[in-house]
Amino acid sequence: MSYIAKPKVSHPGMPKNKLGLTSRDYEGTVSTLCAGCGHDSVTAAIIQAVFELGIEPHMLAKMSGIGCSSKTPAYFVSQAHGFNSVHGRMPSVTTGANAANRDMKYIGVSGDGDSLSIGVGQFVHAIRRNLNMCYVIENNGVYGLTKGQFSASADIGSLPKKGLPNTQEPIDPASTALSLGATYIARSFSGDKEQLVPLLKGALMHRGFALVDIVSPCVTFNDHEGSTKSYAHTRQFYHHVADIDYIPPTEEIKASYDLGEAMPIKLHDGSTIILRKVDKEYDLTSRASAFKFLRERFNAGEITTGLLYLDESRVEMHELLGNVDTPLSQLPLEDLIPGAEELKKLQARYR
Amino acid sequence: MATVNDVVIKIATVNGTGSASANSLLMKSIFRMGIPVVGKNYFPSNIQGLPTWYEIRVTGDGYQSRSNRVDVMVAMNAQTYARDMADVKAGGWLIYDSTWPRGQQLDRDDITVIGIPFSRLCNENFDGARARILMKNIAYVGAVAALLGIDLDVITKLLEETFAAKAHLIESNMTAIQLGFDAARETISCPLPMSVAAMDETSGSIIMDGNTAAGLGCMYAGATVGAWYPITPSTSLMDAFRDFCLQYRIDPESGKRTYCIIQAEDELAAIGMVLGAAWNGARSFTPTSGPGISLMSEFIGYAYYAEIPTVIFNVQRTGPSTGMPTRTQQCDIISCAFASHGDTRHVLLFPADPGECFYMAVEAFDMAERLQTPVIVMSDLDIGMNDWMIPELEWDENYVPDRGKVLNAEQLEEMDKFYRYLDVDGDGIPYRSLPGVHPKGAYFTRGSGHTKFGAYTEDSAAYQEVIDRLLIKWETARTILPKPVIRFSKSNKAGIITIGSGDGACEEALNRLAKQDVNLNYCRIKAFPFSEEVSDFIRQHDVVYVVEQNRDAQLRTLLINDIEADQSKLVPLLHYDGMPITAGFVVDGVLLEIAKGQAA
Ligand SMILES: Cc1ncc(C[n+]2csc(CCOP(=O)(O)OP(=O)(O)O)c2C)c(N)n1
Ligand code: SF4
Ligand SMILES: [Mg+2]
Repeated sequence: MSYIAKPKVSHPGMPKNKLGLTSRDYEGTVSTLCAGCGHDSVTAAIIQAVFELGIEPHMLAKMSGIGCSSKTPAYFVSQAHGFNSVHGRMPSVTTGANAANRDMKYIGVSGDGDSLSIGVGQFVHAIRRNLNMCYVIENNGVYGLTKGQFSASADIGSLPKKGLPNTQEPIDPASTALSLGATYIARSFSGDKEQLVPLLKGALMHRGFALVDIVSPCVTFNDHEGSTKSYAHTRQFYHHVADIDYIPPTEEIKASYDLGEAMPIKLHDGSTIILRKVDKEYDLTSRASAFKFLRERFNAGEITTGLLYLDESRVEMHELLGNVDTPLSQLPLEDLIPGAEELKKLQARYR
Repeated sequence: MATVNDVVIKIATVNGTGSASANSLLMKSIFRMGIPVVGKNYFPSNIQGLPTWYEIRVTGDGYQSRSNRVDVMVAMNAQTYARDMADVKAGGWLIYDSTWPRGQQLDRDDITVIGIPFSRLCNENFDGARARILMKNIAYVGAVAALLGIDLDVITKLLEETFAAKAHLIESNMTAIQLGFDAARETISCPLPMSVAAMDETSGSIIMDGNTAAGLGCMYAGATVGAWYPITPSTSLMDAFRDFCLQYRIDPESGKRTYCIIQAEDELAAIGMVLGAAWNGARSFTPTSGPGISLMSEFIGYAYYAEIPTVIFNVQRTGPSTGMPTRTQQCDIISCAFASHGDTRHVLLFPADPGECFYMAVEAFDMAERLQTPVIVMSDLDIGMNDWMIPELEWDENYVPDRGKVLNAEQLEEMDKFYRYLDVDGDGIPYRSLPGVHPKGAYFTRGSGHTKFGAYTEDSAAYQEVIDRLLIKWETARTILPKPVIRFSKSNKAGIITIGSGDGACEEALNRLAKQDVNLNYCRIKAFPFSEEVSDFIRQHDVVYVVEQNRDAQLRTLLINDIEADQSKLVPLLHYDGMPITAGFVVDGVLLEIAKGQAA
């Protein structure tokens, strides 16, 4: 049960991050998901990413909606505040939380049902605001928690466990985000931690809206033959286009990268993303060509993964609005209240 | 009958012709003469072209509600001429634009009809179609000024202040006013027997609408996050907050904003944003109206159960569904009191006028943070969008915001372990920690079943313990919320209970009834849950008239439900046609009930 804390056994030899914490310090309560659920692998990747980045646990806010996927914030970083909100509304809660305190890191964990059906409006508008957050969709093509109905990301022809194949056009979060102007878009697979962890790190450090759409199979309701979101199907049609390495600001870039193949991209906080194209045809700096590529590969039945798009030039919500640098929640209220004399003065025009 | 400072002027125009500024010029001029006024705007759900009315009640006695008679009608809209003429009280006056001939059938011999060729005068004196239409409206201000005896100097001064930056506008406006003024004097002997005369009853007062006052209150409460989705009649609340913030909330050093207004994609998102910001320690709010409350309901229940301070302004309009969006009612009392699924109850505040909108806005934030729960300020279209004369707003320099039980980093550091939902003090209010303050303060906020320690649960007893503790908090709320206004007369048998914008009509009705020797006691409720004083009031009386503006007697239902008031005593007086309630309605209702009682 999820309220049982894991025993924290520290091995003296465990690696420590810059804060002197081990990865155990970033764990949460024990998962209650089905054994083998893709979501648990994503949780593990998030723990590793946050640990390696050395984010202070209490400066992380874990946001989610409702679904098996949305339960997972309980399973990582117990020392971070979590907000398990209502179905499909994680983006708005995160928007408000971020409005109040721009200094924290926000990670939102959602599902394909949570983000693409009931919550598609909020998903879309968080992107429009370029809300500074890492937005994870654990995408399994079904509603896991309500026992396996197709979600809006189910592919045409995908077979359910029982019944008829899906006939409706799927919503692809990555190309949707691309068309809406999201500034960091990645796709990965819960079964590829090596690719996923750096993508999550980049997403957490990117300033603006970072989407990480992760194919995360539901072993109980959508991992059978004929499903296009199963482990087997994903492994078979997985197409890497661009992998990244994340290099923190303090670290020297040690490996020598051949510039033809690898491109360093500076993030706002001074860290660097080294981008390695796997598919030379892929151009991730242009929305139009990225979109075309994604659609073509999609039509060919492939699942394009890696860093799909990055734009470090756009400003995020607070800068768009011209808000002060200090988190609004930390401004002393006394300083915000104009006082009796001003109240008297301003009423002159109501006389 | 000749009267001084007791006259009702109604102006019929077409939406979108600039009559709003003319009407407010007229009302303010009378106010500046020291005479109390009540202004009501009856407007359509339309941007341009449909009929609209403005009513100014000049009330030397200082009453606050609308009167349902019309003494002087300014009929500037041919479309509604027949109906406007029918509205005038026998012995009254009707002014119309005599540039064009009237239909023969439109006449009444019990009123005086005054024709003034406004269009012709303006066409002769102004160029351009738009200017002519605007000036025609200003010209009727001049005519009414002559007819009622409004001081032209006062009008001039107001115009000079309004157009301080645009001198040429002062001149053209004054020309138009003079045209109307002279034409009226040429047509009929001025002033009319119903006229105005300077008094000294408005110094220390202002004219403000409730949405402006509430927006100002949010700014004075130190609110930093406002999220909203436009809906009549609440929109101008956020407009006001924004305007005040632009004036007072720009950091002088950086030129940046110390507030964040987010126009959400819908009300679902607006309330989500408020919860997120409040959870993270900002004072945050959303203004909306009934349809918005319906959409917000899931989150309101979440905020109740997860105990997140939430401030909502519901500027009520006529329902159900889209209803009549530009008409007033108090029709969301039940839906707000119990918004959401499951066992939920919410604190409601009932401002009676714009002044209370200001003070209750501040109080709403204090109460929401003290009680860690949603607080809904139940304004309505009448209060929110109409201009009210209210005492000048005052600010207590000693005001200390009540941020409630929030643990800081040092307090958390000293604790062994922090548990979010423990009732440490026995008042049903647990301690809160804010994100980003201290790792020991971390907890997982959830709408699903949780124990008093904050952990997930599906255990019956652990669930019930928390949901029962919320009732203790409810009782705490009952004791700290604003108390009702209670006033006793000579009688001790019968009383009136009302809320919000019912106040003006009831106060006036009490006076009028007293003159007929019907003495009633008065209780105006300011908050839900109802305090002990409300229970006592009902207990002390044989009959209590419950005056409210909805069809289903929602306040009465809530009284029966919340404090188990004896329903046989509670006589509903229900006004729900979408127009603001009048004193006449209350007087007639009470007298009819008394007559019924005597007949029985
Ligand atoms: C308003 C509302 N409607 C319906 C539900 C029921 N519900 C819970 S989870 C869920 C679907 C979740 O699917 P997804 O987001 O894909 O998450 P998964 O379980 O697949 O990870 C639904 C429909 C709900 N909780 N709230
Ligand atoms: S039902 Fe599917 S998504 Fe939910 S926990 Fe089980 S495997 Fe995971
Ligand atoms: Mg799913």
